[in-house]
Parts: sequence; structure tokens; C-alpha cells
Amino acid sequence: MTIEVKNIVKKFGAFTALDNVDLKVGNGELLALLGPSGSGKTTLLRIIAGLDWPDAGEVSFDGENALTHGASERHVGFVFQHYALFRHMTVFENVAFGLRVQPRAVRKDEAAIRARVKELLDLVQLDWLSYRYPSQLSGGQRQRIALARALAIEPRILLLDEPFGALDAKVRKELRQWLRSLHSEIHVTSIFVTHDQEEALEVANRVVVMDKGRIEQIGTPGEVYDNPATAFVHGFIGESIVLPVEVGDGCVKLGGKPLNIVANGAAPGAAKLFIRRHDMQIGPAGSGSLEGSVRHVRTFGPIQRAEIALCGGEGKTVIEIDAPRDRELQAGETIGLQPRRYRIFAARD
Amino acid sequence: MSQPQAWSVPRDNVHTEPGLIRFVIVAIAVLFLTVFVVLPLVVVFAQAFSKGVGAYFSALSDPEALSAIRLTLLVAAISVGLNLVFGVAAAWAIAKFEFTGKTFLITLIDLPFSVSPVISGLVFVLLFGAQGFWGPWLQAHNIHVLFAVPGIVLATIFVTFPFVARSLIPLMQEQGTQEEEAAISLGASGLQTFFRVTLPNIKWGLLYGVLLCNARAMGEFGAVSVVSGHIRGETNTMPLLVEILYNEYQFVSSFAIASLLAMLALITLVVKTVLERRLDEGQIPRDD
Repeated sequence: MTIEVKNIVKKFGAFTALDNVDLKVGNGELLALLGPSGSGKTTLLRIIAGLDWPDAGEVSFDGENALTHGASERHVGFVFQHYALFRHMTVFENVAFGLRVQPRAVRKDEAAIRARVKELLDLVQLDWLSYRYPSQLSGGQRQRIALARALAIEPRILLLDEPFGALDAKVRKELRQWLRSLHSEIHVTSIFVTHDQEEALEVANRVVVMDKGRIEQIGTPGEVYDNPATAFVHGFIGESIVLPVEVGDGCVKLGGKPLNIVANGAAPGAAKLFIRRHDMQIGPAGSGSLEGSVRHVRTFGPIQRAEIALCGGEGKTVIEIDAPRDRELQAGETIGLQPRRYRIFAARD
Repeated sequence: MSQPQAWSVPRDNVHTEPGLIRFVIVAIAVLFLTVFVVLPLVVVFAQAFSKGVGAYFSALSDPEALSAIRLTLLVAAISVGLNLVFGVAAAWAIAKFEFTGKTFLITLIDLPFSVSPVISGLVFVLLFGAQGFWGPWLQAHNIHVLFAVPGIVLATIFVTFPFVARSLIPLMQEQGTQEEEAAISLGASGLQTFFRVTLPNIKWGLLYGVLLCNARAMGEFGAVSVVSGHIRGETNTMPLLVEILYNEYQFVSSFAIASLLAMLALITLVVKTVLERRLDEGQIPRDD
């Protein structure tokens, strides 16, 4: 099932939650909507599910207008952040719910429903919890039951709203891998919302980065990490060093002092220089176009993370870099720095 | 004075005073409850049985008494039934949807609590009385509202309206709309969602509201008194009959009927306690 969203606008009073959003999702994709809270990602998901209605725009499934159908007719599996399991029903009845409320003409008989529920509980590896109530389960178990319940209706699309948001870090990691392998098993077109970049990059085939109701970039995890399209994406995904620079005559200046880097076609004027923490080359003092004194060093695993106060320029600019441990840094020493890879975006705001 | 002695005086007080204060406070509470609650209850039953069990039961089987009991049960059944529907609808609308005028609606629901029951009755007299707003039309069509069962039912509905809605609104607000959204996304229709998801989640709160509503409906005096017309054997409810019999010095009959209302109160109290416990158990701790 393909999903196409066109020019979607959604306002809550004076607040614009979605501002002309366009999105195409291919058959069998596992797509992540990534963004900070308030970026409109959950609203977009709810509009696709039919739980919210756009003020303008189109939503179509396989080319067919979805907005003429309510949520109950769209055959969309929805998994809520806080699970939303029916608290007065056993796990078994929760999963069976979607099958029991079908119109009589297409409803399965009791034996078939039981077999299907059993099959789904096996799939999420929780068949031993059939007769428990949701309040007796752990967070991770509840989320897996919620997923089994959504899959019971054989949804054409699976939508997950911050599926692991309420879980602790370890369970979250396990469920992430599990969701990935589940998706490769059942191959249903899936969209999940997250504010956790690691989750998005690790699980999804494609990532949609959103901010303030707009889509900033759509791409594979590698693309959005290595080639961020905007300053927002660069700052939001991965950890970056951001320096205010001046672009002019093909030359980039920091605090009036030219840096030994090319402007890469950036427009003249105020700009921001983005460098990944691990893309800063370090050497002895005077070896690079930047110079700084090491204030603090922490080492863990294969890297050392150093806090460096840049010399020159106005005020004290402190940056954090990640360097390999082949050359141990000492607090107090002065080193030279040169960006290996970097991007320049025009400063807006 | 040395330090330890200075300490010893207040310490003695710490041991003696609270004991005394505790005793006094408990004694006051017990005395108060005895005088204002237990004693009146005992008096009701003592008076009812003062001429023996035979007199008690013959007072209850008097045609007027039977008619009053029948009328009270009928009025309670209709008004509780309708308020159940109204209350659930109002609570549903307020707790699960956002709309303009919501605060106004909540205030309106509370109105019967803040208006004197006599006024509530008078409102219906003004609307349905012979000189009232709809009076001439009703008379022309020979429809009797005032001084008849419909008037009593209307007044009772008005007075007891807040109970069901009030007991449901906080419960439904706390539960939110996620389970309903889940049900709808699983293909359930609106009715299926209500009967399979919403109703089971609020059943104890609903029973609690219905219980309080029923107790008030059966015991209502002021509003009903204004619209009933006190026609013996026809429009007298139990509380009205208690007053009439008392004014006629028929103490045994009066207190016999009063004892039924007192018994209703006791049963209500017990069931209410049980329901409150169920409601507390129903609260599931959230894990975030």
C-alpha cells in the first residue's frame, strides 16, 4: 500500500501544526517521522490514520482518496505511545477486539478468531500472557500486545506513535531490533513517529525530518546524517560544532580571521559553519587554521572527548570535539584544529 | 533553671495533652453523631413500632400508603432512567470533546444543586400552571402536567439531574480518549465503541451516580411538594405523605413510611461504601 500526502495544512487555533506538507510513502517501506516535540509529526500520523482531519490538502492510499473514509473504515493499524490497551479486557480479548467488532457478514467464527489471536500472540512472543489484564504487564509487554492488537485486523498500513517513548533505554533497544525484524517478516507499509534520532536512523529505511510543521529533509539514514539539507537537520541529527562565520570573496572568516576552507558556493554574508565533532583534525599548535587550549578531557572506549576554548575571535567560544586516542590530549595544552569535513549554511533568524 | 529541667516540662505535656485532646475530640464527634444522626434514626423506628408490629404493617398496607409507595417507585424509575441517559450523554460530551460553551454547560449542570428545591418546583408551576407559559395550550389539549405524575417526574428530574453527570465527568476526563480512538482504528462503530469500551470503563462510577440520584429522587420533598397538589391516593409521594400524616397526628403511619425512607438511606450508604471501594480498585496506576 502506498500513501500520498499532498499540501496538508492543519491549524489548532493560531498554532500551525502542519504547513503545506507533501509526502509519498512507497509500498512496504518502514518510514520514520523524526523531529522535536511540536514539529507536527504526531499530527501528520493522526491525519493519515483518520483520527484528525486536515484543514486543507489530500491524503490517498494507493491513489484512492482516504479522506472520504473515517478512521474505522481505513484499515489502518495504530499503536499509541501510551498503549491505550482496553483496561477491562484480558490480553486475549484486547487482541481479539478488532476481529469481534467486524460486521457480521465478514466476521470470523469463534474458532477462527481464537486461532488468529493465538497466532498473533505467538508472533509477539507473549502467548503465555493471554489471560492477564493490561495492568499486570510491563511496559514492553503492553507495547507488544498493542502491536499484536493493531495487526489483528490485517491493516493495510501500520502507524506507530512514539512506540517506545515510554519505555526504559534497554527495553527500547530490544524492541527496536524486534520491530525491524518484524517488519521484514510481515512487510506492511509502516510509519513511526519518534523524537529519538538514534531510533529513527537505526530502524527506518527512510527518515523524514520535520520542524515547525514543515518537512526539512527526506532521505535514507545515511543521507540525512552525511548530507543534511538544512542547518536544522545538521543541528538536530548527530552532534555538531556550530561556529558563526562570515562568507565573502570565496573566503570564510571566523571573528575576522580567515579559515583555510572554501565557501562551497555559500552566499556571501553571515553564515553558520557546521562540523561534526569527529570531523575536526587535531595537531600541534599552529598546524590548523584554528587554535585552542584544551580545558578538559574525558576518555571512554576508542575516543577522547575534549572541551576546547578557541583562541582569538570575540569572547570565549568553547567547543567539544571527539578525537581518536592515537594522540592523548592533556588539559592545558594548546593545539591546532582544522575542519576535515564541514558544511556552511546561511544564517537565518 | 538547668537545661534538662527546662526540657522535662513540655515533654510531660507532650505525653498527657494529646491523649486528653484526642479523647475530647472523639467524644465530641461521637456525641454529635449520636444526637444528630443515630438518635433521630432510632426515634423514627421507635415511633414506627410504638403500637406494635401489627400496627406498623397495617399502616404500610393502607391504600394511601401503598399508592404513595407505588408513585415514589414510578417517579424514581422514570427520572433515574432518564437522568442516566442525560447524564451519560452530558458527561461524554464534556469529557471527550472540545467545543465552545463547555464551561457554560458544566455550570448549567450544577444549577439544580445551587437552586432551592422550592424554586425548582415553582419554575414548573410558572411553565405549566393554568396561568403559566404553556398552561392555556395544555388545557386546550386536556393534558395534565401540574398536580399529576408528569409534573412530579419533571421536578424530580430537574432536582436530580447533576448526580450522574457529576460522578462521571472527572472519571471520564481522567481516562481520556485513547481507548476510544484505539477501538475506532480497529474498525469499531460508534455504538460498539461506547458499549464495549466506554461503558465498561465507567460502570462503577455510573452505578455510584445512579445510586445517589435514586436516593435523592425518592426522598425529594420541596420541589415535588410545590407541583404535586397533594391529592391523596393520587399525587402524594412518600415524603409528602409522611408530612401529611404527621400533621394529622397519625404518628405510627407517618413514622412507618418514614422508616422505609430511612431504610433506603441505610441501604444506599452500604452500597455506596462498596462502590467507592470498587472505584478505588478500578484506578489503574499509570506507568509514566
